[in-house]
Amino acid sequence: MMQKEALLPEIGVITDIRIDTPDVKTFRVVTPDGKKPFLHVPGQCAMLSIPGVGEALFSITSSPTNTEFLEFSIKKCGCVTSFLHSIEPGQYVTIRGPYGNGFPVESAFLGKDLLFVAGGIGLAPLRSVINYCRHYRDKYGKIDIVYGSRSMQDLVDYREIIDEWCKEEGINVHLTIDREQPEWSGHVGFVPNFVKELGFDTGKTAVLCGPPIMIKFTLAGLQEIGFQKDQIYTTLEMRMKCGIGKCGRCNLGDKFICKDGPVFRFDQLEELPDEY
Amino acid sequence: MKKIALQNLPKLFSAISESKALYLPVDTESGAEFRLYREGDTLSEACNTNRSAKDFFFPQVEDMAEFKVEGKKIEVLDIRRESEEFVIFGARACDVKSFEILDSVFLADPVDTYYKNRREHVTVISLACNFPEETCFCSTFGIDAASPAGDVAAWIIDEELYMTALTEKGEAFLSAHAALLSDADESKVDKKKEEIAEICHRLPLQNLPVEHFKAEKLMEHFNDPKWAELSQSCIGCGTCTFVCPTCQCFDIRDFDTGNGIQRYRCWDSCMYSDFTQMAAAQPRLTQLERFRQRFMHKLVYHPANHEGTYGCVGCGRCLAKCPISMNIAKVIKEIGGEK
Repeated sequence: MMQKEALLPEIGVITDIRIDTPDVKTFRVVTPDGKKPFLHVPGQCAMLSIPGVGEALFSITSSPTNTEFLEFSIKKCGCVTSFLHSIEPGQYVTIRGPYGNGFPVESAFLGKDLLFVAGGIGLAPLRSVINYCRHYRDKYGKIDIVYGSRSMQDLVDYREIIDEWCKEEGINVHLTIDREQPEWSGHVGFVPNFVKELGFDTGKTAVLCGPPIMIKFTLAGLQEIGFQKDQIYTTLEMRMKCGIGKCGRCNLGDKFICKDGPVFRFDQLEELPDEY
Repeated sequence: MKKIALQNLPKLFSAISESKALYLPVDTESGAEFRLYREGDTLSEACNTNRSAKDFFFPQVEDMAEFKVEGKKIEVLDIRRESEEFVIFGARACDVKSFEILDSVFLADPVDTYYKNRREHVTVISLACNFPEETCFCSTFGIDAASPAGDVAAWIIDEELYMTALTEKGEAFLSAHAALLSDADESKVDKKKEEIAEICHRLPLQNLPVEHFKAEKLMEHFNDPKWAELSQSCIGCGTCTFVCPTCQCFDIRDFDTGNGIQRYRCWDSCMYSDFTQMAAAQPRLTQLERFRQRFMHKLVYHPANHEGTYGCVGCGRCLAKCPISMNIAKVIKEIGGEK
């Protein structure tokens, strides 16, 4: 027997596929004997592949406190994701991981009031950390969630947000959509402006994830209302092949996003080239 | 110290290849290349091979796994096999140093077993450079062309090859072939080293101002306006990355054999736009960013992560092969400060 090889994947079985939005589905993955494939911390990623189609890195959207399976919310946008959107439950995939550093839920986040800001599919990596913090509620302060999408139909995890997050004490959920819709009575407007309008207490620790343009303006907005860069975290995305800091693709300055990231604080990003 | 007359080298090569695969640089129509020894092959006198010696541990294309797909089911087949024992005879000081740099990437946790498997089964016989060339600048990186590392170091002096073991593997190699070797004293080798040092001293690129590249100046180097001009003529062919002994970026791809799926990895290049292209974004939009990435990685990022060791060994292959004559020596001079 040769030593275990990190690049050789294990088999995963898709047991459930939830249609979240017109272009996002959430896939539940277990091992062939029905167990959770591996343990992770919120914010970490895994490589999923369909042999012959390709392998790609996805953030794990289920919380580590879920002991039964891993979940991935995946937007249809390229080769691998389009194929995943065409499969049915029972389909085997390959899986390897977990990769990356994850959010500092057991260090910097402890005892803090947390502000999560997400746009579109950007909620996927944040759902893991939000549900982790909900599970260990006493370890964290107040939780605010600002989440926006193009339309009401494009809000990922909508049922979970309405049925669980919105009903929980100590959690404030602020939803917004880009344009008016007849069936929508909530806020309308872009995420960065909404964050500024809401005007949060600057003692909070903020976590941003979404399209680059949303990140850019939300970061500026938070700074305007008094947040410092070392209070704001984000999670980066870059093309990856190995996930273990060897293939060279996700190199950013002296960091590799797959192993030193994907979670960075904005004061750390300031020391790195802006090639992300 | 041992020695053997050059005219007896074929005997030594035959003896080695009886028990292990022997690779050595031989002259081909297109220049020197490492090749599996065949009866009658002679050691090339070229300063260096076209392709570097990284191929031995990190081949250009390599199968990683196979998958059997049946309906919705997939089976992963581990196709790794224990490597055979092999000998590289005649690697230069720069190439031997490149193994150390590749090790720092591939053997870092989690270890790359494909690479490690080959690396563990090699015996490296290095050969000092009697005639370093104009494109050589190994001494810039503290590499001594006259005293190469490896398991055994060798020198060609007059009509004899001198050898000394540097590791246990090297000692085992010399004792396994003791019958063909005779004892030698070191004085001739010492004199040869001085001669080589003298030649190196006169080479134009031997002391490039690489010390100006500092990890703490990462963003200053990154934002240097000179990258625009330096990268202007780069056609993004990737030749420099392919001939480079330390470039180790790779791609992982699948191939449908008609009888299953083969997953393989192959060399890739940060000089290609496809390298960082995602479905919805491209972080390095122009050749400027890609060009800068390659040199920043070798001169700033790699040393920042590996106790100051640069990701270049000064072999000069990229100087010789670049179709537009741009190269790392020019980059070091421009960005490093010397005009």
